Amino acid sequence: MLRSKVLVQEADFDVSTEVRWLREGLPEIGAVATFIGTVRDMNENSMVRAMTLEHYPGMTEKALENILKVADSRFEISSAMIIHRVGPLYPEDQIVFAAATSAHRQQAFLACEFIMDYLKTEAPFWKKEDTPQGARWVSARDSDDSAMKRWEQVS
Amino acid sequence: MKVKVRFFASLKEQLGQDSMDVEAAFSPATVAGLRAHLCSDPAFAAVFEQAGRLRAAVNQDMADDDTPVPERAEVAFFPPVTGG
Repeated sequence: MLRSKVLVQEADFDVSTEVRWLREGLPEIGAVATFIGTVRDMNENSMVRAMTLEHYPGMTEKALENILKVADSRFEISSAMIIHRVGPLYPEDQIVFAAATSAHRQQAFLACEFIMDYLKTEAPFWKKEDTPQGARWVSARDSDDSAMKRWEQVS
Repeated sequence: MKVKVRFFASLKEQLGQDSMDVEAAFSPATVAGLRAHLCSDPAFAAVFEQAGRLRAAVNQDMADDDTPVPERAEVAFFPPVTGG
């Protein structure tokens, strides 16, 4: 991996700026895979008016950097990055950006999916939703654990 | 042994505190040993029991029950993560 970065910030991000950063001066790249997670207005049958993302400063950055390191050891990627927002967020807001580049699409797709599956179970973020029934912490999903586990079975 | 313990998210709210300093000998010197030491206080025991599955980190790396807790470590307890 020739280039990587991790950002944990309250501010929004601009996808085209970040894609340019991933690709600039790296003509061997032939594929860019990106994922953007956004805030939904519904969760578990309740309206979500807003959410707050809490994290563990210090460990968060360390965990995200480690995810990129593992992705780099498993896939042929040229550059990769993760941006995760924290603080108050509202429906339609962007929450997370994960991206990987490669010479060909397959490695970029795989790396991007791997980064998100690992992030979902290994990066210390917690969502608290504000709903008409009151504030509630989001529970972890079993489907996220199984999404992560399938990478353990693949070589 | 001196350890800094931190709590996050719902666990922090239920305990009403985000961190505490522990100065005590606990055995084994692992995440499980520290947790058992904390739960010798019935108020902690009740919250930990009610919280269900919790995860831990030692010096900002994900840990499990058997992970050793070194002197002056920072140990965190928190619910399963929900970012992304």
